[in-house]
Amino acid sequence: MSKYTEDDLREELKTKEYEYGFYTDIESDTLPVGLNEDIVRAISKKKEEPEWMTQWRLEAFRIWQDMEEPEWANVTYKKPDFQAISYYSAPNKKPKYNSLDEVDPELLDTFNKLGISLDEQKKLAGVAVDIVMDSVSVATTFKKTLAEKGIIFCSISEAIQEHPELVKKYIGSVVPQKDNFYAALNSAVFSDGSFCYIPKGVRCPMELSTYFRINQAGTGQFERTLVIADEGSYVSYLEGCTAPTRDENQLHAAVVELIALDNAEIKYSTVQNWYPGNAEGKGGVFNFVTKRGLCEKNAKISWTQVETGSAVTWKYPSCVLKGDNSVGEFYSIAVTNNYQQADTGTKMIHLGKNTKSTIISKGISAGKSQNSYRGLVQVHSRAENARNFSQCDSLLMGNECGAHTFPYIENKNQTSQIEHEATTSKIGEDQIFYCNQRGIDTEKAIALIVNGFSKDVLNKLPMEFAVEAQKLLEISLEGSVG
Amino acid sequence: MELKDKLVSSFMAFEDHLEASSPIHGIKNQAIKTFEQKGFPSKKDEAWKYTSLKPVLKHNYSLFPKQETAIDYNDIKKYLIHDIDSYKIIFVDGKYSSYLSQTTHEGIDVCLMSAALSKTKYRLIVEHYFNKAATQDSLSSLNTAFSSEGAYIHIPKNKLVEKPIQIIHFATGNEAALMLQPRNLIVVDENSHVQIIERHQSLTDNPVLTNSVTEIFANKRAIVDYYKIQNDNQNASLIDNTFIKQKQESHASVHTFSFGGKLTRNNLNFYQNGERMDSTLKGITIIGDKQHVDHNTLVHHIEPNCESHQDYKGIFGDSATGVFNGKVVVEKEAQKTNAYQSNNNILVSDKATINSKPQLEIFADDVKCSHGCTIGQLDESAMFYMRSRGIPKKEARALLMYAFSNNVLESVKIPEIKTRINKLIANKLGVNIGFDL
Repeated sequence: MSKYTEDDLREELKTKEYEYGFYTDIESDTLPVGLNEDIVRAISKKKEEPEWMTQWRLEAFRIWQDMEEPEWANVTYKKPDFQAISYYSAPNKKPKYNSLDEVDPELLDTFNKLGISLDEQKKLAGVAVDIVMDSVSVATTFKKTLAEKGIIFCSISEAIQEHPELVKKYIGSVVPQKDNFYAALNSAVFSDGSFCYIPKGVRCPMELSTYFRINQAGTGQFERTLVIADEGSYVSYLEGCTAPTRDENQLHAAVVELIALDNAEIKYSTVQNWYPGNAEGKGGVFNFVTKRGLCEKNAKISWTQVETGSAVTWKYPSCVLKGDNSVGEFYSIAVTNNYQQADTGTKMIHLGKNTKSTIISKGISAGKSQNSYRGLVQVHSRAENARNFSQCDSLLMGNECGAHTFPYIENKNQTSQIEHEATTSKIGEDQIFYCNQRGIDTEKAIALIVNGFSKDVLNKLPMEFAVEAQKLLEISLEGSVG
Repeated sequence: MELKDKLVSSFMAFEDHLEASSPIHGIKNQAIKTFEQKGFPSKKDEAWKYTSLKPVLKHNYSLFPKQETAIDYNDIKKYLIHDIDSYKIIFVDGKYSSYLSQTTHEGIDVCLMSAALSKTKYRLIVEHYFNKAATQDSLSSLNTAFSSEGAYIHIPKNKLVEKPIQIIHFATGNEAALMLQPRNLIVVDENSHVQIIERHQSLTDNPVLTNSVTEIFANKRAIVDYYKIQNDNQNASLIDNTFIKQKQESHASVHTFSFGGKLTRNNLNFYQNGERMDSTLKGITIIGDKQHVDHNTLVHHIEPNCESHQDYKGIFGDSATGVFNGKVVVEKEAQKTNAYQSNNNILVSDKATINSKPQLEIFADDVKCSHGCTIGQLDESAMFYMRSRGIPKKEARALLMYAFSNNVLESVKIPEIKTRINKLIANKLGVNIGFDL
């Protein structure tokens, strides 16, 4: 046997690198497909989590194993194979494209219509971006302002490391591991997400969205968000983006938990525009999300959502009105086009006295899509003087789509007042005629009417997003007018 | 033995009495199989989420009463709308009582299901209509399997039936616990008009469970007016399955007045197979104690230019539970549909519960569909107004509740029923006011 020399080693290393190419180190950071206890442990280990977190994940995994995938939603899709998914993949460091020229022109077109700046476009499409001095300085200023006020805003993995007492106390307190199939799955395998804590009496000086858009990296398909507003504090949080997001992951199962302690207020806005599949209904993201907020005394939680993307949406942002005088609000616009399916709504659980809830849901269906509102208003026997107002309006465009309403109203208290109303209609020919006659073409007229229809909800969005969301509605419905 | 097993095994004995050649023999065999497979619905079924049958299924019900019981007309007179002339089909413990009844074959057929099933002259109609509207759910299948008696009404073309038809089922309490499964078939041909009143009444405190199926066919331009009066005693439970198939330009309306019974479940299904027709579903529910009333309605709009109106009012006291589960389906072809659904409720006790689920499923774009649901209290200022004018609290409340439910009565076409319902409401609210407003 010949001697193993330094030269041999060098030779070997060379060939190795050649063999595996550039992707080697990224590949090694991806766990094999499938899900079992070892995988859950491995995820936890990779994130260097403390033992209690690992145990918490395992507990969730065991619960998940005994659960069945829910089938009650009014959607049809091919069930994902949970053993064919890789549950952990380190964030992709390599830019997807080297310049904007490589990006799908259709995507760029949409960006332009939304009026998104060139730098941001690059960032959103995953193009390598030169460091823009401006945004970095902005981000640092933001960080400084937040830190001064004692606001914690970081990724959930960071929070597990640095603020374990807060995470331990609140994670799973609103959405327990056993809540539902997807919540259990998320609890077992969540990769990352956001954590936010607003201390007592602090009013968060900015929309956390602004900060978010500059800093947010891809958070993966199993996102976990935890927002805690301590007594008397206020925060407005925006998740998502108006820009279309092309994501390879088919299944998204996120969990969002909001905790509003006494006198606190949380405003949570979502704009979701994930890939809805092509015009024939092929592909597209499945969005199965569990979102819930807990209101203590005099607290208020307000959910606002604009849903235009995803092939299948299954989402019910809810409020548990536990404390007396607490308030829950839900404002939603769900737009479905082509073969999209949305089953979305809210749950308002009235437990405390004098609790109030408002639900305004606007569904717009076009093409061959199906749009359902499913809501629950539950008044418990001790929830005296509970008040609820629900309004669900559906707009149908074309005769191949469907709009459905499934409200559940359960009342056990004689002093409560509950109102629910729903209407379904189409855009009137007289309305279009009126616009045409004044020189507004049909496409613009429809946009005008749709915006009027959704105004109640758009008004609830933070200013800058309201404008973008309005444009987004127009784009989502483009070409749906026959 | 569980009631389900008992039913399935009794069917075999029952089957021996059936004519093997009868056209419905196969239907019955199939139906018992469906029931055996599905069993009684449980709270896991979406349609039974808020209503549990458990408390009513625990009794050891007799399925075939052994003896016939005669009852005196004077004892039951108060349960009839006796102040008008009418045809009557009266059953006592599931058996037809010929001397209490008044049937006819003159121009129209108002007679018995058992006769229709056995006589050849009805065979064509029976084959054409029997079990053609009822769905394959477990309770309807159970009824189909055991159905042997009930009302058979056939109104040929161009007839206006000059007096209403009353179908009344009495349970005498001769059996410790009795299960009844009446089956009614009502066929109304072109341009005909009929009014029908249905009632189930138990005369003692022995438990009774009725699982009734009524199939109604309203052909072209027919008008069917159906009134269900439900004011049974505290141990009687009723599962009422009604299926109405309408053809073009027909009008069908069903009014349900639920004031009594331990558990009442109304499955009311309208299928519109034609254009330009109208369906009306209205109800008043006033209950207390531990009563449970569940209205489960379906209106299926299949063709264009049709209308449907639903209006259900409920007042719930003590530990009563009310359920409303209304569903409107508008198919893709059913353009220009106008569907309206409303459910208003008042809770007058802290232990009462109301669960309401008004659903819309719409696949057509050029439609006007709306629904509304409210749960609230009596208007304090109106109460104050009346009390300041010397009307006692109880009467003032009763007046307001009456006013709340009154608009359901507006579409009742038989004045005597209106008067009767007014009395029942006054009685139920514990006041002595003649609501002859």
